[in-house]
Amino acid sequence: MRRRAIFDNKGLPYLLLLPQLVIVGIFFYWPAVQSISLSLLRQTAFGFGVRFAGLQNFLELLHDPYYLFSFRTTILFSVAVVAVAMSLGLLLAVMADSPIRGTGVYKTLLMWPYAIAPAVAAALWLFLFHPSIGIIGRMLNAYGIRWDYMLNGSHALLLVILAAAWKQVSYNFIFFLAGLQSIPKSLLEAAEVDGAGAMQRFWRILFPLLSPTTFFLLAVNMIFAFFETFGVIHALTKGGPAKATETLVYKVYVDGVINLDLGRSSAQSVILLIIVGIGTMIQFRYLERRVYYL
Amino acid sequence: MEKRWRICVVVLLILVVAVLLGPQATVAQAPGQRIQLEFWYALGRPLGDTLERIIADFNASQNRYLVKGTYKGGYADTMVAAIAAYRAGAAPHIVQVYEVGTATMIAAREAIKPVHELMRQAGISFDPSIYIPAVRWYYSSSDGKMLAMPFNSSTAILWYNKDAFRKAGLDPNKPPRTWAELRAAAQRIRATNAAPCGFTTAWPTWTQFEQFSAIHDVPFATKMNGFEGLDAELKINSPLHVRHVQTLIDMLKEGTFKYGGRGSTADGLFPSGECAMITGSSALLGRVRREAKFEWGVTYLPYYDDVKGAPKNSIIGGAALWAMTAPRRTAEEYRGVAEFFKFLSGANVDAFWHMETGYLPLTFMGIERAKALGYYQKNPGMEIPYKQLTRTIPTPNTRGLRLGYLPEIRTVIEEEIEKAFQGQQTAKQALDNAVRRGNEILRRFERDVKGG
Repeated sequence: MRRRAIFDNKGLPYLLLLPQLVIVGIFFYWPAVQSISLSLLRQTAFGFGVRFAGLQNFLELLHDPYYLFSFRTTILFSVAVVAVAMSLGLLLAVMADSPIRGTGVYKTLLMWPYAIAPAVAAALWLFLFHPSIGIIGRMLNAYGIRWDYMLNGSHALLLVILAAAWKQVSYNFIFFLAGLQSIPKSLLEAAEVDGAGAMQRFWRILFPLLSPTTFFLLAVNMIFAFFETFGVIHALTKGGPAKATETLVYKVYVDGVINLDLGRSSAQSVILLIIVGIGTMIQFRYLERRVYYL
Repeated sequence: MEKRWRICVVVLLILVVAVLLGPQATVAQAPGQRIQLEFWYALGRPLGDTLERIIADFNASQNRYLVKGTYKGGYADTMVAAIAAYRAGAAPHIVQVYEVGTATMIAAREAIKPVHELMRQAGISFDPSIYIPAVRWYYSSSDGKMLAMPFNSSTAILWYNKDAFRKAGLDPNKPPRTWAELRAAAQRIRATNAAPCGFTTAWPTWTQFEQFSAIHDVPFATKMNGFEGLDAELKINSPLHVRHVQTLIDMLKEGTFKYGGRGSTADGLFPSGECAMITGSSALLGRVRREAKFEWGVTYLPYYDDVKGAPKNSIIGGAALWAMTAPRRTAEEYRGVAEFFKFLSGANVDAFWHMETGYLPLTFMGIERAKALGYYQKNPGMEIPYKQLTRTIPTPNTRGLRLGYLPEIRTVIEEEIEKAFQGQQTAKQALDNAVRRGNEILRRFERDVKGG
């Protein structure tokens, strides 16, 4: 039976949508339009000497080896964060889903990191891995591994990947756990009766049935790695050493807020906007086809 | 039907509350007859508290003006906030801007009111020569007119751990004067394991390039370090600069120097006892007093004694106060800003700020006041920063820097020397790259300021 919506007044739905539309308009469309217009101009920080620059900002960026390097860093960083965060989240969820004593405690503990602000999470990692004040950092150096993320780009990248992934593991854990719990136990039992081993049951039944969750998490994690890891990078490495941990988003901040170069910074946000647009399109066009919905 | 009605009421209520709450916050701030002056600053606790005390003193000293201080986050955040406010036509009356933002503020044309103009229009007599020359010049135009109000200035000095010196068999009262002595001391400290690290530096570009160039009387950039024109070019790939970076690389390799990261991140390595020596800001004082569990001392920045004319005076860092303009801002409001600035330049305020925070005394009278109060007897070594600043008359190389997009240039230099420290390039390559990239940044600034 099809029920009509309870509203027969035409205006009310719009009125109800209004707060959300206002928020989206003010915090998304307006800044987006602003950055597109700024990206085509050159000017001083205070807005003097404005002149139309066409695509000059974009062309300079695409010829800037450091910007291209930042692309590479971002891809490496995002793929690593997503891979680590999702596989660990899944592993922990599968383990917490099995009937063991004290699951409630484990579950609660595993969800905790998500509630921690990125900057605080970064501070925790700093106290672990700082080469001279961090417990693990000191230990590594004591064992002859010259750990120093202040000076070694690979160490720095590894550290921000770990710190960012760690924060996201909990989120993935929650969703994977919910996904696992919604899979009918009868399917697994039937497979077990048919003689499927633990690995077979996971790869043949659980993993395909989890694919809607996995797909959703892939999108969310990608966005997280791209945009929400600013706090972690800012607190741990500030994009250094050299430019080893300068992701695209961090570079937007550096050029816009620190260097006060609005044209250049806006051009970068426009490029990011395009990338996200394309990425989302690809995800929904192609990946979603391979997803099984229950 | 009833359900819908209820939803309508709820939505309306939310809208009404939102409308009522919005403007209320702004209505609440218009009391009495006093003229309100907005002052945005970038000092967190405990420095911000000390500043609030000074503001309160000013407000109590007269009843025409009321300065309202607001903490706006770090230096970069405060500057961005002020710029955004200016573009929206609501700039604060006064904003605190760090030294690297100076060129951007000067290029801001009518957005700022230069201090000499502000004072003249307000009819307040103001003599810039009360300031220490190194302070005065940093914030003056090339013909000596003061543009900004110096406020919290620091300079770089060498901090050292006397206990570690004793443990290494070094004389704690004879700190190293030159780079050769510093290196020998660091080697001794490492050989005797008196500390896990011999030497480190905070603010790498500021201490190892900006201050370094000044005390050796070599240019950081052409055109009098940018004072005389926007077309300045970096000069930090001179043989002396290359030699110095090579010294640091050598010390890094032999384990006597530890690179502690950009900006102030290395600060903590000294008070924790990790590094026995650090070149850092004189304003590290508060933290060292609070955290260091050892006897410490301070001394002048090390130099190469075979360089002719060295050591000269060092230059300053820190921040200054700028008067900003806004549409419909009245002469009376500017007058209030001028009165406040005049109040800040008084010897009492200057000495109070200096003794409370470890920032430099800015005026000769302030130094005299601190002396009269016995501050330097009770705190030996605290006269070093101002003595280092005043030890010579500023030369064209030691007035300070006036370079556009300086924050970006600082980062570029740090990036390049980090690569050299990792062994990816030589000292010479690092500095050549830094000069090339830095000059591109300077050209961009020149183009942007000149407009099209």
